[in-house]
Amino acid sequence: MEFSMKDFWNGSRRALARAITIVENEQDGYEEIMKEIYHHTGRAQVIGVTGAPGAGKSTLSDNLVKFYRKMGKTVGVCAIDPTSPFSGGAILGDRIRMNDLTLDQGVYIRSMGTRGSLGGLSRKTADAVKLMDAWGLDVIFIETVGVGQSEVDIVKNADTTLVVLVPGLGDDIQAIKAGILEIGDVFTINKCDRDGADRLNVEIEMMLDLGEAQDWRPPIERTIANEGQGIEDVVNGLNEHRKYLEESGLLEERRRERVRTEMAEMIHDRISRHVMKEITETGKFADYVEQVYERQTDPYTVVDSIVGDIFK
Amino acid sequence: MADKKIRVLVAKPGLDGHDRGAKVVARALRDAGMEVIYTGLRQTVDQIVEAADSEDVDVVALSLLSGAHNTLFPEVVEGLKAKGMGDVLVIGGGVIPAADIPGLEEAGVKAIFTPGTPTKDIIDFIKANV
Repeated sequence: MEFSMKDFWNGSRRALARAITIVENEQDGYEEIMKEIYHHTGRAQVIGVTGAPGAGKSTLSDNLVKFYRKMGKTVGVCAIDPTSPFSGGAILGDRIRMNDLTLDQGVYIRSMGTRGSLGGLSRKTADAVKLMDAWGLDVIFIETVGVGQSEVDIVKNADTTLVVLVPGLGDDIQAIKAGILEIGDVFTINKCDRDGADRLNVEIEMMLDLGEAQDWRPPIERTIANEGQGIEDVVNGLNEHRKYLEESGLLEERRRERVRTEMAEMIHDRISRHVMKEITETGKFADYVEQVYERQTDPYTVVDSIVGDIFK
Repeated sequence: MADKKIRVLVAKPGLDGHDRGAKVVARALRDAGMEVIYTGLRQTVDQIVEAADSEDVDVVALSLLSGAHNTLFPEVVEGLKAKGMGDVLVIGGGVIPAADIPGLEEAGVKAIFTPGTPTKDIIDFIKANV
């Protein structure tokens, strides 16, 4: 099917789906699409959902989407699963938990592979979210891959980050380590009918107490996502945080920071592609590798001369 | 341009509860470098078509063991056409009698892979036809 921006602006789901593919693959014309839609972004409420594999992110997202739908909002979901570092393939299975939503025309779900990105998202997640935003969805959920401790890219992409925890995954020292526990604007203890929920609650409270006092104290909600319990509390927590972001001016600050990092990354990307293209196409790179391997020279000297040559 | 990855929706229409075959195929396609969206058991035709649309897939791979293939496979093909996705490659697999295969192919299912097919055949077919 030919893609047209006219269909996109007319609200065609087919056009939205195709636009995301074009941008994700950096096919011809993708930059034109992003340029055209950029002015229409920034309206949606963007919520990140992150947590360990199997914590219940998809099931919780499914329930949260239904709740926002009842409030009359249209919703987008960007669901990320890992790409195999060996084959480049991926199995994207988040939809299994969201089948009820498939036929709702007010919901758009898109699965994406990480494609080599290590921060819990894919490099094109931010662009997919912008496309959904410009297309007119009110609330957009980004569901990260199942994360460990340090995949925190979600904070750079979401206005509000929901960290999903489950009881029984570790001792209390886990809670004071750096990483995903630092990024929660709202916490939920999912599967809270399991042993250890109270203890986990205390541990998170203690972790929050140890930090510097902030204006915003992340609430800790409890859910049993597959039974739909506690969903309203989480939504209230998310909306409270949204209100706080708006009233405190932090929303603008976060979004300005996002523009800054995004542009820095784009510049970095463009330059590094340019440099790699230069030196690989001329065959210089292979020669340098050989020379360094043979210890005829050293990488520092070589890098100085490569970079010096290009940026005279 | 980044790699254009082949995106495949592996879907199980109808009411049978056996997805071992679908999972084996999903895994094989993953190992062949494709992005496989798996939506789980007991999908309606509408759900499959909607998911294929949202995910903008190149291929829809249907797996069915209940005997309803003659009804459901062509319905998926028609549903995709109605969405303007007539160029999506639809293939099928499962317990499908040889006698039914020509009819399914005529209905727009481009290939049927029955039990015992090496997964490489499926991969090669997809790569040759996308």
